[in-house]
Amino acid sequence: MKGTENGVLSGEFFMQGDIACAEGAICAGCRFFGGYPITPATEVAQRMSERLPLVDGIYIQMEDELASMNAVLGASWAGQKAMTATSGPGFSLMMENLGLGIMLETPCVLVNVQRGGPSTGLPTLVSQSDMMQARWGSHGDYSTIALAPSSPQELFDLTIHAFNLAEIYRTPVLVMTDAEVGHMTEKVVIPPLEEIEVVSRRKPTVPPEEYLPYRVEPGELVPPMAVAGDGYRIHTTGLTHDERGYPATADDSAQWPLVQRLIDKIEKNKDDIIVLEEEGLDEAEVAVVSYGMAARTAIWPIQMARQEGIRVGLLRLVTVWPFPDRQIRELAGRVESIVVPEINMGQIVREVKRCAEGQAEVSSVPHPGGGIHDPRKVLEAIRRAAGREGGK
Amino acid sequence: MDLEMNGYRLDKSLEQHVEAEGLREDVHGRHPMDDLLRTDRLPHIWCPGCGLGTALTCFLSALRKSGLDLDLVAVVSGIGCTGRVAGYVRLDSFHTTPGRAIPFATGLKLGNPDLKVVVFSGDGDLVTIGGNHFIHAARRNMDMTVICVNNFNYGMTGGQAGATTPIGGITTTSPYGNYEYPFNVSALAAASGAVYVARWTVLHARRLERSMTEALLKPGFSLVEVISPCPTGFGRRHKQRQGLDTMRYYHEHGVIRHGTDPRDTDIGLGGVIIEGKFVDVDKPTFLEQRSRRLSQVLDR
Repeated sequence: MKGTENGVLSGEFFMQGDIACAEGAICAGCRFFGGYPITPATEVAQRMSERLPLVDGIYIQMEDELASMNAVLGASWAGQKAMTATSGPGFSLMMENLGLGIMLETPCVLVNVQRGGPSTGLPTLVSQSDMMQARWGSHGDYSTIALAPSSPQELFDLTIHAFNLAEIYRTPVLVMTDAEVGHMTEKVVIPPLEEIEVVSRRKPTVPPEEYLPYRVEPGELVPPMAVAGDGYRIHTTGLTHDERGYPATADDSAQWPLVQRLIDKIEKNKDDIIVLEEEGLDEAEVAVVSYGMAARTAIWPIQMARQEGIRVGLLRLVTVWPFPDRQIRELAGRVESIVVPEINMGQIVREVKRCAEGQAEVSSVPHPGGGIHDPRKVLEAIRRAAGREGGK
Repeated sequence: MDLEMNGYRLDKSLEQHVEAEGLREDVHGRHPMDDLLRTDRLPHIWCPGCGLGTALTCFLSALRKSGLDLDLVAVVSGIGCTGRVAGYVRLDSFHTTPGRAIPFATGLKLGNPDLKVVVFSGDGDLVTIGGNHFIHAARRNMDMTVICVNNFNYGMTGGQAGATTPIGGITTTSPYGNYEYPFNVSALAAASGAVYVARWTVLHARRLERSMTEALLKPGFSLVEVISPCPTGFGRRHKQRQGLDTMRYYHEHGVIRHGTDPRDTDIGLGGVIIEGKFVDVDKPTFLEQRSRRLSQVLDR
């Protein structure tokens, strides 16, 4: 590995998901990792501790996940691309400063290799039960970007994509993977450096005396970012602030434009952010809507159902947040019913129901975590959705 | 409110900010510290008699004397009255979450080792909610100067007890007197590995400034503990109705004793306040340790 001067370990590998995630980060230009060991995300930290020193990057094991998230924010404000990786209990601790990252508009990446909960739950076993926490976990109103990879290759690809989105929209981006994908070992192709698209944050072009850190020009939603040491002498605060970055807490005059912009910069760019994968939906009567590991488990039951003459297709949410409201609404308008398998007791299905607006029957295929769906359960749900009574 | 076109902007233009600033100058004139302060944020929020103004003045003087490139100095604060310091200095400055200034500062320093990173925050922030970060940054000998203004209570939230409140101290959450053993901030830093530890009351402003200068220039984790009056939250419940009463108390109870073992510097209600430079040792910083280790292993 010493030979990788640009940091990119190009080639074909039989690679674990967590390790692919770390390699993706390095390809994206990540040179700071602050983390805390937690199963099943530990391999990301281990890989970063080995790899970062070889590419002039910094790995630091912090004292807890509160500190990890903060160190990542600090590193980003020093100009670095920075990441942390954790799982449920650590994700909960990170919520405090995920909010700070959103408020300060700090580009960074937070990987959650989800495991069963609540609390300590199932440390080594899969779940997707932090999906709503990803959306609503930190206090206050905001919008967020969360991606859900289904394979080690995609964990690699989407980690790079997450960094690019973080830099473009100046916000923490969540990679919501799970113990199954994180610990899965599969073929991973790392392309040559020149084939990897890497985006960096926009810097101010005006001199310091004309720079207001949170001013956007008309038509823009994301302000250019000066960092510590650039000579701009910026101030930023987790308090509601005005365009200068100064606290403005006496009334709601700054709260409105700030919170609205934090939401709009993501929600109004949904068309650019959202990535979906469709398969066999053209003539479908039943749609399976799923993401991450659960979407992978749905492939076999979909094939079986087709053999039984059921017209069924898959809509896989690569981007889970911001939610693809419009696409789900359109889908609900052209299918009879929608089946939503996910490794939780029914989280994203609520969003699907909301967007379906009653146009299609929406049913949940829950799983409390600790394992993946028995594909036969998903097949039964598809049969029921297609009106094949009894599901057999 | 129409947020479509320029509604994300506030009503004040940059020109208006500049104009307001000029008006303030016309009224008050320039102060020698003005170029180091965000004068457009003044007046500050601190109460009459509070020691934070003195602590900040000492810090700005120390910064000047240190000769540091001010474009490469970053100040990080947590939450609370002292936490507002980051908002008043005309430097790259970050006002973070309760107790988290130190890990944020750790990321800043490691993200750009050319920066001189200063954490300026209060006792409640640094050693109560943020105590874990405080001891670990000291343990690592992370290269930063921590200025901890200790007023023995949570001032901003209305004078509650914290981890530094002396036994017997009356606060809004210890109305019968505090019965928890307090932390000694200087001893905690020294025990955790800090290479520089000094304590001064704000009465001893020149000595405080000198210690701050030394700390700024000291590689590794340096701590300056600043004992400061809080007449609103703490003093008035301890027969010190005004800041001046507390300053008089410092004059009567302050004992300068350099080199004292920090374990012997506990602060009790009505007792002496031992001041001075307690620790000044040399030890490789986190980044030096890292470079040494990695070059030993990787450059073979």
